[in-house]
Amino acid sequence: MEEHLTEFRAAGIQPVAISVDTPDESRDLSKKAGYTFPLLSDRDAETIRRYDLLHKGAGEHGRDIARPAEFLVDRNGVVRWRNLTGDFRVRARPEQILDAARTMP
Amino acid sequence: MHAHMSRHINWPLWSGFALSIAAFLSYFFFFVRFPITRDVPWATLILFAIAIVLLVIGLRKTVGRRIVAWIVTILGIGICAFFCAAVFIGSRQLPASEHAPGIGATAPGFVLLDTNRRPVALSQLLAEPGSKGVILIFYRGYW
Repeated sequence: MEEHLTEFRAAGIQPVAISVDTPDESRDLSKKAGYTFPLLSDRDAETIRRYDLLHKGAGEHGRDIARPAEFLVDRNGVVRWRNLTGDFRVRARPEQILDAARTMP
Repeated sequence: MHAHMSRHINWPLWSGFALSIAAFLSYFFFFVRFPITRDVPWATLILFAIAIVLLVIGLRKTVGRRIVAWIVTILGIGICAFFCAAVFIGSRQLPASEHAPGIGATAPGFVLLDTNRRPVALSQLLAEPGSKGVILIFYRGYW
């Protein structure tokens, strides 16, 4: 994602990552991976639940975490594209997201 | 008939075993970084295939007590089986998420803390000048 950041910016798309990690844990990850986009902390998984992405007990120490998914949301807050992977090792390719973004007004 | 029984190492057997461990570790420490070798772990499967061939060659050329060779071979195959289970079955055990917002639905709003503990709202991200939208990436976490 970070490698394609300039392409996303050029397309007017802001990547935002969300997980149950605390801000400190996300900061560590962000630093290590060199991410420059926001990593948001959904500690109690409330937002994750609202998006119906809760994966109960699947995290470290049986923590509830998010199942991986991506949503492309337009200026009006409407979902224009989404990816609910059937395999958590397989994530959306940046090209797929950019192609979908090009069809947005 | 051998003039002396030199103690020689069964190279195919032990290198096959070492390779099966290396193949397993190589996926999680290296190949997982590249979608081309992560999504379908063909590179790792090739390494496992070579490892199993070596183990079988080693097993067949064992003279004398074969119990150790059998154990090593079964362990090597076991590592491969465990890998396949993790990668082809384990990572697919995901909840159905039937009620996740679909195309055309309004994305639920949120206010969440960023890495500097500052609150960030979806509405604020979308309202930024020049913004056409956001890509929300939900992930399992850093562990």
